[in-house]
Amino acid sequence: MTRVLEVGNLRVSFPGENGRRYCPVDGVSFTLDRGETMALVGESGCGKSLTSLALVRLIPPPGRVDPKSVIHLGDTDVMALQGEGLRRIRGRRVGMIFQDPMTSLNPVFTAGDQIGEAIRAHFPVSRAEARERSLRLLQEVGIPDAAARLDAYPHQLSGGMRQRVMIAIALAAEPEILVADEPTTALDVTVQAQILEVLDRLRASRGMAVLLITHDLGIVAGRADRVAVMYAGQIVEEAPTPELFARPSHPYTQGLFASVPRIHGPVKRLTPIAGSVPPPADWPAGCRFRPRCPKAFDKCTQAPPPLVVGPQHDMRCWLAEGGQ
Amino acid sequence: MTVLLEPLRRAWRTPRGRAGALVLLVIAAAAIFSPPFLQDPLAQPDPVEGANLGPSAAHLFGTDQLSRDVLSRVATGARISLAVAAIAVGLSITIGALVGLVAGYWGGYVDAALMRLVDGALAIPRLFILLLVLAMSDRVPVWLLVVLIGATGWLGTSRIIRGEVLRLREESYVRAAEALGASRRRVILRHLLPNTLGPLLVAATLGVGDVILLEAGLSFLGLGVQPPAPSWGGMILDAREVLVTAPWAGLFPGIAIVLTVLSANLLGDAVRDAVDPRGA
Amino acid sequence: MRRWLLRRTAQAVVTLAIALVLIFVLMRLAPGDPLARLSEDRPLPAAQVAALRARFGLDRSIREQFGTFIGGLARGDLGISIEYGRPVTSLMAERLPATLLLGGTVLLLNFTAGVWLGVGQAKRRGGAVDRSLTVLSLAGYAMPSFWLGLVLAWLVGVKWHLLPAAGMEDPLLGPAGRPLARAADIGRHLILPALTLSVVSIAATMRYQRTAMLEVLRLPYIVTARAKGLGERAVTWHHAWRNAFFPVLTLFGLWLPLLVTGSVFVESVFAWPGLGSLAVTAVGYRDYPLLMGTSLLVAVVVVCGSLLTDLAYAVLDPRVRLS
Repeated sequence: MTRVLEVGNLRVSFPGENGRRYCPVDGVSFTLDRGETMALVGESGCGKSLTSLALVRLIPPPGRVDPKSVIHLGDTDVMALQGEGLRRIRGRRVGMIFQDPMTSLNPVFTAGDQIGEAIRAHFPVSRAEARERSLRLLQEVGIPDAAARLDAYPHQLSGGMRQRVMIAIALAAEPEILVADEPTTALDVTVQAQILEVLDRLRASRGMAVLLITHDLGIVAGRADRVAVMYAGQIVEEAPTPELFARPSHPYTQGLFASVPRIHGPVKRLTPIAGSVPPPADWPAGCRFRPRCPKAFDKCTQAPPPLVVGPQHDMRCWLAEGGQ
Repeated sequence: MTVLLEPLRRAWRTPRGRAGALVLLVIAAAAIFSPPFLQDPLAQPDPVEGANLGPSAAHLFGTDQLSRDVLSRVATGARISLAVAAIAVGLSITIGALVGLVAGYWGGYVDAALMRLVDGALAIPRLFILLLVLAMSDRVPVWLLVVLIGATGWLGTSRIIRGEVLRLREESYVRAAEALGASRRRVILRHLLPNTLGPLLVAATLGVGDVILLEAGLSFLGLGVQPPAPSWGGMILDAREVLVTAPWAGLFPGIAIVLTVLSANLLGDAVRDAVDPRGA
Repeated sequence: MRRWLLRRTAQAVVTLAIALVLIFVLMRLAPGDPLARLSEDRPLPAAQVAALRARFGLDRSIREQFGTFIGGLARGDLGISIEYGRPVTSLMAERLPATLLLGGTVLLLNFTAGVWLGVGQAKRRGGAVDRSLTVLSLAGYAMPSFWLGLVLAWLVGVKWHLLPAAGMEDPLLGPAGRPLARAADIGRHLILPALTLSVVSIAATMRYQRTAMLEVLRLPYIVTARAKGLGERAVTWHHAWRNAFFPVLTLFGLWLPLLVTGSVFVESVFAWPGLGSLAVTAVGYRDYPLLMGTSLLVAVVVVCGSLLTDLAYAVLDPRVRLS
C-alpha cells in the first residue's frame, strides 16, 4: 500500500478579537493510502471542511495554516510549496468536489469550458483536444447526451447534473486523491444515491484515494474503509468502518449513532446530543466535549485528553485509559 | 423616531461616519455662528489698493478683486449653500417619498404612468432641466432656486421608495392590516412610511453633497445665487478673471466645497451601510 | 430574447418621447418672455422684435408652437439659433466631434484605469493601497469639476507652463498644418480637460468596481477555480472580473448623464469647442432654440446609452441571454 497523503498535527488559525488567534482545526493527523476511502465525519462547525481546504492550502485569508503542520503528498511537502508549486498540485494531485454545485460553478461559462480549463491548466493540449477529453469525462460521470451538455451553462442543468460536472472537473487533471466535501448534502435524496454511485465507480476504475467529508453516517457505511470522527477541531475517534459501527467508543460517536432515528421497531423519542457545537471562542478548558458529555467526570475538566492510539481504535477521551 | 436615530447612531460608530458628521457639524457651526465675528462680506474697503491681496493676518484667506475679505465670504457663502442644500433635499425626499409610496402601493395604471414619467425625466440630466428653466427666467430669487432644485431631485428617490414599498407590500403585517380593513391611507402612513425612513435618510445625506455641487455649478454659470450675495460657485466664477494674480480667491471656496461634499458623502456612506448592511 | 429586445426598444422610444415633451414644457414654463430677455441685453427696435417673434413662432398659441416643434423634429429641423442665426443642427454637428473626442477619451480612461484600480483595490483589501485609494476617490468625487479644471489650468497651464490650458488647437497651426503635428497639438490640448473630467468619474467607477469585485471574490466558484490549479491572474480576471464587470456596465448607463453634466463645466473652463460649451453659450445668450436642441441631443444620448447598456448586459450574461 503506497501512502499518498500524510497529515500531521494540522493546525489552521484565524484571528479573533483582541489579537488572539483561534484554531478551528487544532492538531489533526491522519493518513491516506492509495485506493483507500476515508470518511471524515462531524457536525457543522467541527472543522472538517477547513481541514480539506488546508490540504492544498486554500484557507481564505486572514486564516492561516500553521507552518508547523505536516502535509505530505507522497514525497511532496505541501507546506514548503509556494505560488506556482501550489498551483501545480491543485487539481493535479488533489481534486476537490464542493457542497453546492450551483454556487461552485461559474455561471457565465459553459460546463465544457470549465472542465477544459481544468485540463489545460495542467496538460499542454489544444482546445480541441481538451474539448474531446471533457466530452469523455462527462460520459464517464454518467451525464446523458454529453455532447449537448458540453455547451450548457450551469443554470441550464439540474442539481444532479451540476454535481456530475463538478466531479468531472475534479477528475480532469487525473489526481491521485479526491476530496469530496459534503458532495450530496445539497441534492435531493434520489439524486444522492446516484452521485455516490458515480463516485464509487470512478474511485475503483481510477484507483484513487478518497477523502469523504460528511455529517451523514448513512453515507459512510459500506463506502468508507475507515472513519474519523471530528469534534471542535480535533479527531476524537478513528477506526475501520465495521469496527466503528459495531463498537463506537467515544461518547460523541455514541451520541451520533444514537441520534440517528431508527425505522425498525417502536420509537418513543429521539435522542439528540444535548447542546450544540461551540464556536472556537467558547471552547472549554479540558475536554472540549465535556459540557455535552453524559459520561464526563472530574478529570475531563482538568486537562484535554490526548489521542490514544489503540490496535483497532484511536480515541481522544479520558475513558480510554480505563479501557472502555 | 428611533427608525431614524438608529442608523445615525450606528453610522456615528464607524470612523467614516464620525469623521463626516464632525466635519459637517463644524462647517455648519461656522456658517451659523461665525459671520458676526468676521468682516462684512459685501464691504469693499479699498478697491484700489486692497484688492487681490494674498492671505495675511488681516485677511486670513486674502481679498478678491473688489478687496472683499475672502474668509468672510466663504463663511457667509456656507450659510447659503448649506441652507439651500438642507431645504432642497428636504423637498426632494418629501416628493420622492410621496410619489414612491403612491406608485408602489396603488400599482396598476397609476404606477405605470408615474414611472414612465420618471424615466422620461431621468433622461434629461438634472443640470439641463435647471438650465432650461433658469436660462429663460429673470433673476431668480433664492427661494425659487431652492424650490426648483428640490423639485428636480426626487426622481431617483421615488424609484427607490417604490421598490421598497413593492417589497413591503408583501410583508405579513401589511396584509394583516389590510385584512382588518385599514384604509389605504392608514396602511401607508402607519406601516409603509416608517419602513421607508431608512432609505430616505440615505437619500437625504447623499443628496446634500449633490445639491451643493449643483448649486455651486449653477452659480458658476451665473444662474444660481445672484451677486452680490456671496456663494461658493459665484466666488469661483469671479476668481476666474484673476486666476493668475489672486489664486486664493478661487482656491478657498473650492476647498470649502470639497470638504463639505466629502464629509456629507462620508456620512451618507456610513448611514447607507447602517441601513442596509448587505451592501458593505 | 428578441421579444425582450423589441420591448426594451419600444420602452426607450416612449421614454424619449416623454423627455421631448418635458423639454418643450420646461422651456415654455419658464416665466418671462425669451425675446424680452434678448432685447434686455441689446436694445432692438420694436419692428425687429416683432419680426423675430413671428419668425420663431412666439406669437402663436402653445399648441401651435408644440405642433411646429414636433413637425420640425420629424424633419430633423431643430430651428435657427437666435444668436448665431444658423440652423441649430449644423451648429451642433460642428461641435459634436470635439465632445466625442473628450467624452470618448474619458470613457476609455474610466474603463481601463478605473476598472484596473478598482480590481487592484479589491485584491489588496484593507491594505494601505486600498485605504489611500478610497480616500482619494472619495475626495475626487467631492470636487466640483469646474474648480478642479481651474486649479489644474492654473497650476499646470499657467504656473508651470507644461500644457495648454484653453482651446482645442493652437490657432497658429490651424487646418493648414500637417496632420501629425495637428493631432499631437490636439492631444496636448486634450490632456487637461480629459484629466479633469476623469478624476470625478474614475472615482465613481473605482468604488463600484471594488465593491462588485469584493462580492464576487467571496463566492464559492472562486474557490473551485483555485482548487482546479488556475493561476491567480486567471482567477482574478477570467473568473472573478468576468462576473464583477456587470455592475460596472450598468454604471455606464447611470454615468452618462454625469459625463454630460461634467463636460458642460469642463468644456466651458477650458474653452473646449464642444457641445457643452455650446450649451453654456446658449444659456448666456438666452438662445432657446439652441438650448433646446442641445438638451434634446443629451436626452437622446442618455436614452441610447441606457439601451445599449441593457443590451450589452443581456448579451454578456448567459442567464439572461438564454431565458
